[in-house]
Amino acid sequence: MPLLSCQNLSLGYDGIEIIKNLSFDVNSGDYLCIVGENGSGKTTLMKTLLGLQSPMHGKVIVENGLKQNEIGYLPQQTVVQRDFPASVWEVVLSGCQGRCGLRPFYNKEEKKLAKKNIEKMGLSGLEKRCYRELSGGQQQRVLLARALCAAKKILLLDEPVSGLDPRVTAEMYALIENLNRKEGITIIMISHDISAAVRYASHILHMGDTEFFGTKAEYLNSAVGRSFAKGGRFND
Amino acid sequence: MTEILSEFALYFNYPFVWYALIVGVLIAFCSSLLGVTLVLKRFSFIGDGLSHVAFGAIAIASVLKLTNNMPLVLLITTLCAVLLLRTGRNARIKGDAAVAMISVGSLAVGYLLMNVFSASGNLSGDICSTLFGSTSIITLTQSDVWLCISLSVAVVAVFIIFYNKIFAVTFDESFAQTTGTRANLYNLLIAVTIAVVIVLAMNLVGSLLISALVIFPALSAMRVFKSFKSVTLCAAVFAVVCSVLGILISIIAGTPVGSTIVAIDIVAFAAFWAVGLFKDRKA
Ligand SMILES: Nc1ncnc2c1ncn2[C@@H]1O[C@H](COP(=O)(O)OP(=O)(O)O)[C@@H](O)[C@H]1O
Ligand SMILES: [Mg+2]
Repeated sequence: MPLLSCQNLSLGYDGIEIIKNLSFDVNSGDYLCIVGENGSGKTTLMKTLLGLQSPMHGKVIVENGLKQNEIGYLPQQTVVQRDFPASVWEVVLSGCQGRCGLRPFYNKEEKKLAKKNIEKMGLSGLEKRCYRELSGGQQQRVLLARALCAAKKILLLDEPVSGLDPRVTAEMYALIENLNRKEGITIIMISHDISAAVRYASHILHMGDTEFFGTKAEYLNSAVGRSFAKGGRFND
Repeated sequence: MTEILSEFALYFNYPFVWYALIVGVLIAFCSSLLGVTLVLKRFSFIGDGLSHVAFGAIAIASVLKLTNNMPLVLLITTLCAVLLLRTGRNARIKGDAAVAMISVGSLAVGYLLMNVFSASGNLSGDICSTLFGSTSIITLTQSDVWLCISLSVAVVAVFIIFYNKIFAVTFDESFAQTTGTRANLYNLLIAVTIAVVIVLAMNLVGSLLISALVIFPALSAMRVFKSFKSVTLCAAVFAVVCSVLGILISIIAGTPVGSTIVAIDIVAFAAFWAVGLFKDRKA
């Protein structure tokens, strides 16, 4: 049984459909890249997978045992976060919120987990620093560490490299690849950058006027894949 | 100097001075705790809006000739708080516009009601004290003080117990939701708590100056400190120190309590702002 299965999904706002009749499966260990132009509904789809909004038609089925609060999520950055007084430690620890349930304070294990993920993301020594004063790449790694605190099996990343310079982008992709290969965490990532998607992903979901879902090899052989893989990027 | 001290000693023989001090400190403390969250959630205007709603509710209560207007005022204010926090996230009516609408609306209706129905000869005096809380803090009774203490304890307890959840929901609502935190529930909790604090604060500074108690400590603390915990603690200390100073000065100088506290808040904010600039320059 797939980890996550979307069946005939239609998504939209205020009665207007943006995505029609979308079906795909994600298996454990997959690295799925969602590509498509701005406004094609990638974020909307991800929010639906997370249960933040409900589909107009169709349904999302998650495997037994994968609880809603075991999914790690790295959101597209919002404005509020940019001037928020929060230390790296506070932000990462808040990823353990789902493990707390109704308990008001974090326990030792949760603090240990946060510490481990901070180390894993190469952020040791920055715990007391203010989140908003970090560089873009560091901020994204903080959010990734937070997502890892919440994730047991699967990570959903919404444009994790947008606004980062090429070197930091490569580092970020390497970190994510490592999580997928070494730790077996299933990745669903939204990206603008088709060349990176083709390089790292095992499966590709292309959204927009022409829809496509399949493995990377199938994508490269398809008409839409061939036309986009040459260009490499969507224009914003 | 000794003269001033002996004057204080004299004043502190009167229970009402103690009452004013206790109530003042508690209200400033509670407002500052919530202020951090409200400022960060871009809801700092809600304090202003809700205090006007409370003003309107008081007008209704006085028209109905209720002797104890607290329950009615609390109910109406809470309802509006819930309503406002809800529309804040609605794309169709912008949150700030909704606050402005409700705020101006209740102010006007409240004034109108008082004007049409008031039997009191000193209408502008009544309204002035509702808006600026000039005299009411001196007329606090012992039971007012106990009510204030118990509500403050409740507010502080809620804040401490839900501190981590409030942080999670304030920092990133959708992420918190994906970890199973019921964001709507905590938004509701924040709304109800702020309504309680505002109704409490009406007595001290009146409805016009409540925003100051909510906003100044949070903004000042955010100039200097960089983590949620330190900002919250600093805002609380800031609020308590400023309100104690303000109350003492207003006793000696005979100035209105609310405006004095806010004047001190402004001075202290300027100091924190300067310190913040200095710190950033150095870093
Ligand atoms: N909360 C919302 N209410 C109404 N329309 C929305 C909302 N969020 C997004 N949309 C619309 O849905 C479409 C898809 O948005 P989104 O999923 O963010 O696209 P992407 O992430 O692919 O850039 C856009 O046209 C956008 O304007
Ligand atoms: Mg998007």
